[in-house]
Amino acid sequence: MSDLLDQAIVVTAIAGGIRLAVPLLLAGLGETFGQRSGVLNLGVDGIMLLGAFAGYYTVLQIGNVWLGLAVGLVVGAVLGLATAFISVTLGAEQGISGIGVYLFGLGLSDLLFQKLVGTPRPIDSFPRVPIPGLSSIPVVGEMFFRHSLVVYLAFLLVPASIFVINRTTFGMNIRAVGENPEAADSVGVSVARVRYATVLIGGVLAGMAGAALAIDLGIFQQNLTNAQGFIAVALVYFGAWRPLGVMGGALLYGLVNSVVLQLKTLGIIPRSWSDIAAMAPAVITILALVLVARRFRQPAALAKPFLREA
Amino acid sequence: MLELRGIVKRFPGVLANDGIDFELLPGEIHTLLGENGAGKSTLMKIVYGLYRPDAGEILVDGTRVDIHRPTDAIELGIGMVHQHFMLVDTLTVAENVAMGLRSSRRPLTDLDVVAERIVELGERFGLPVDPHAVIWQLSVGQRQRVEILKALYRDARLLILDEPTAVLTPQEADQLFDTLRTMTEDGRGIIFISHKLREVLALSDRITVLRHGKVVGEVDDPTAVTREDLARMMVGRDVKLAPDKAPARPGPARLRVRGLRVHGDRGTEAVSGIDLEVRGGEIVGIAGVSGNGQRELAEAIAGLRRPVAGEILVGEVDVAGSSPAEIHAAGVRYISEARMREGAIPGFTVAENLLLVDHGDPRFRRGVLFDDRAIEEHGRRLVAEYRVKTPGLDTPVEHLSGGNIQKLIVARELSARPDVLIAAQPTRGVDIGAAEYIHARLVEERDRGTAVLVISEDLDEILALADRIAVIYEGRIVDVVDRAEADREVLGLMMAGGHPGSGGETAAAAGGAAR
Repeated sequence: MSDLLDQAIVVTAIAGGIRLAVPLLLAGLGETFGQRSGVLNLGVDGIMLLGAFAGYYTVLQIGNVWLGLAVGLVVGAVLGLATAFISVTLGAEQGISGIGVYLFGLGLSDLLFQKLVGTPRPIDSFPRVPIPGLSSIPVVGEMFFRHSLVVYLAFLLVPASIFVINRTTFGMNIRAVGENPEAADSVGVSVARVRYATVLIGGVLAGMAGAALAIDLGIFQQNLTNAQGFIAVALVYFGAWRPLGVMGGALLYGLVNSVVLQLKTLGIIPRSWSDIAAMAPAVITILALVLVARRFRQPAALAKPFLREA
Repeated sequence: MLELRGIVKRFPGVLANDGIDFELLPGEIHTLLGENGAGKSTLMKIVYGLYRPDAGEILVDGTRVDIHRPTDAIELGIGMVHQHFMLVDTLTVAENVAMGLRSSRRPLTDLDVVAERIVELGERFGLPVDPHAVIWQLSVGQRQRVEILKALYRDARLLILDEPTAVLTPQEADQLFDTLRTMTEDGRGIIFISHKLREVLALSDRITVLRHGKVVGEVDDPTAVTREDLARMMVGRDVKLAPDKAPARPGPARLRVRGLRVHGDRGTEAVSGIDLEVRGGEIVGIAGVSGNGQRELAEAIAGLRRPVAGEILVGEVDVAGSSPAEIHAAGVRYISEARMREGAIPGFTVAENLLLVDHGDPRFRRGVLFDDRAIEEHGRRLVAEYRVKTPGLDTPVEHLSGGNIQKLIVARELSARPDVLIAAQPTRGVDIGAAEYIHARLVEERDRGTAVLVISEDLDEILALADRIAVIYEGRIVDVVDRAEADREVLGLMMAGGHPGSGGETAAAAGGAAR
């Protein structure tokens, strides 16, 4: 009896961890593209918040979760282009301009929420799509194959990203532009075009990540992401600028979060401790960052604007 | 195949190219010679589309062309090997070559096809390189091959090489010249930029000399001129390429380095057990290709880098690990190779920069304050004595030319009358006139009895200055030879790590026979 209960708890924790990893994975993969090409986008969290509100509001009004996700994606694309304009065309200091984008997203998403919605109203969530066959495997099926399409999509984007970065001309250009933009420029690779593309990808995925989060929770509130966008940026360092590493980091974060949630629900962590427990994922991530990421070298041109001399 | 007519390029405050005419024929190596700032690089950047000219026209094969960007140049069959390589260190050779080209398997890469062609081209032109190697694993000479292959892969008929031998050993340079000749036999044209007069004479079919943005001389038959003739054209007056020098009269050893080990910036060992002795009244030259531990050696002696092991004896005192101030007090002065980073503070005035090392000296203080009058007098005296050309003592040094900044640094360090002087790349990037002057002062310093250690990547400079020559390779001294017995070929082999005892002897004989 107690064994069965333990097993159920573990299965729930792992399945929950995978679900919680999705927004971080999407945003982190997007940020990986940007950073590999030399653009540090610190505004991810702001883009996620606006994507989250756009997705939430669309579902609230129209009731279609996929349309909600699509609108979040479009909002992310627009903000991605704005970020690209600021950091590529204007050559702004990326550490500062990203904070600006974040504050913009944080403020605007809350303002729109107050004006358009006011009191929180729940919305539909993504339907679960058990994968035929695989989902009926005991334990494993429950953990991995009874999620929504968004979860599967997010994890399929990992091999897709690896393929694009390593096997395509576009990916080669991304790596070149992130290491030595002058060299790429001298053989006719447009540094600006590559970086616009990667920052746009980053914006699209961040917008999607936000919408996925809001629709998954079925709710929106001020600062819904709770700085997950910043964690996603940190995960790119943690993952050593590799999609697989980012996925590992996102899963770690999701799992720790999920376990803490479980422990709280079960009353193992006293209520008075819950605020401290909520910090655990961030602390663990930072520790992992310090221990792991230092062994890898970041793209040489990261956060350095490229403006060709006259 | 290329003709430039009346090219003009202005930068704020400078006329970099002032109506330059230039012509390159197929199968020709045409050298562009001139001092730093004469306008060579600007002109070539215009040809390669990195700058737009303010006036003048460019003709390729008799047709007027507009070159807006490097890709335009590449399409016209113009390739350029930049002084600072345009390679992505983390990508492979094949990826670097393929970059910017249309893949036959779009949107995927076609690196196997590219790799095959790289090997083909490498065999044909004597440029062997592994297409799958990652750039950071390659030596400087191999990287340069990749740069040339990049241009050949794009079917460049005209190749511009900007100071290609600055980073090569003499033997690597000879190999490069063979490759270049193979290319000209093929009907390709080469524009060669260099200030190494010996190479220019050996390689060129034709030489055009630039000064202050203008063509001041053309040499159609390089065999008919000497290095001195070329230097005169570059500078506009007679120049001594090597200082007058009496035989050294060395005294007792003033600097003794024993078993010195020093780490480089990446934490790996850069100096791996060096023993070295410099006596008062002699110049010891450290010859070697860049990055073999010279910088770390100099910085360890100057107190800027803490040695891992070993002794640095100045007189009888071990200064290894001491602070720069303690090392100054022991009588050691250092002319850094990083002129604008360690040698001077660009935004400070001439007078302030002359005071940098001695700002604590009571001569320049009145109580806790500076004695402005003493400082000004000191500055005025040094500027006059060392012929630093400056509008005034309160001019920020960033407004001076490289040569004058270097003279200022030399003035500051020599005025302290040191017992030991370390001079790292003392004339790199300095105009010939200033180099001539600095060389003379270093010899004078030697004759005063100072122990002088000159570190230079320019073998001609070492041969001109040194009484004894130590060759450094991968953090070790390969050998120390007297100047009188030094042979350029043998030194070159040692700079590539060859030991004189083994293959060096035969190579020396071969080198001797080749003359």
